[in-house]
Amino acid sequence: MCKDCGCSITRHDSAHQHEHSHDHHHGHHHDELHSNPQLNDIKTLSVINKILDKNDHEAAHNRAHFEANNITAFNLMSSPGSGKTTLLEHLKEYTSLKYAVIEGDLETSRDADRLKAKGIEAYQIQTGSACHLDAFMVHSALHHVDLAPLDICFVENVGNLVCPASYDVGTHLNVVLVSVPEGDDKVEKYPVMFRKADLVLITKADLLPHFDFSIEEAQAQVKKLNPEASVLTVSIKDSDSMFAVANWLNEHRRAN
Amino acid sequence: MHEYSIVTALLEQCEQHAEANNANKITKVVIKVGVLSGVEPALLQTAFDTFKLEGPAHEAQLTIKHQPLVIECAQCGSINQLEERSIVCPNCNSFNTKILEGEEMLLMQLELETD
Repeated sequence: MCKDCGCSITRHDSAHQHEHSHDHHHGHHHDELHSNPQLNDIKTLSVINKILDKNDHEAAHNRAHFEANNITAFNLMSSPGSGKTTLLEHLKEYTSLKYAVIEGDLETSRDADRLKAKGIEAYQIQTGSACHLDAFMVHSALHHVDLAPLDICFVENVGNLVCPASYDVGTHLNVVLVSVPEGDDKVEKYPVMFRKADLVLITKADLLPHFDFSIEEAQAQVKKLNPEASVLTVSIKDSDSMFAVANWLNEHRRAN
Repeated sequence: MHEYSIVTALLEQCEQHAEANNANKITKVVIKVGVLSGVEPALLQTAFDTFKLEGPAHEAQLTIKHQPLVIECAQCGSINQLEERSIVCPNCNSFNTKILEGEEMLLMQLELETD
């Protein structure tokens, strides 16, 4: 039983033999990384342990929550101001899929309020000074969201192209946004983040005529790091591009 | 700056290992940090030296092994260590590769003492 929250999903903190039942997304090879202490001599202990293994266990627990409710969860990551919240505000008009949003920001519940004003269920996590969401924060937030009616749950991470890349929050796929004014070299500058992406969204595409952003260059850089990732160009003012995003999300939902 | 939360997780793990082995002092911690793990080793070091002071690792020395990117090519079968952050096979230019090393962040070894 889930000791912290009383929910009915089995926890796997120490039950390593059950790990294979989880979908350890992004090739986390836990089976190779079992805590296997061997005492070499009196003092030296050889271990091979993922430093963030507690977070990863909690993330698997979150995924189990989502899967028990037939939900596909997407982790939205980008710099502050790339248009994560704006995309989610407008997506509603282009999809019949029901979604809720877990919002992460250092302060204020402004983003969650913006979404609620559009009739989208949202729960705000205020991280204080933490620069990223971790699986524990998302887990607490999940207990404030009615998961049953949902098809999709978005986790809108803290605006930051560095730290959130290191934390599995228990979502299934990662969507990384880069807006046209930020420049196409963001991909090369923040390789860890773009390596994690399943979908890269080039947002604010209506501004392309005003900036020297090369879509081809951004695509080439993504391919060098992460050839499997899809790249879409989107503007909330271009409904075709919004439908394309909605289609991608729909096509990448977990098979129930 | 997520290095502080990573160090907190690391120290917690070290303390659990010490406890499980009836040791009350941790003298050395060896970790492996991949170039694509998303952490900055110098910041990890600073965070470790600050946070260790509270517990049984207060005298511990942190050794960080930098792990370069190593990829295996599915096309030509070669295994290469790369200097640049790219997964393109330097031998045949294929994009069909797998990262073997360089993305992980692992605790490798501990030195423990019992007074």
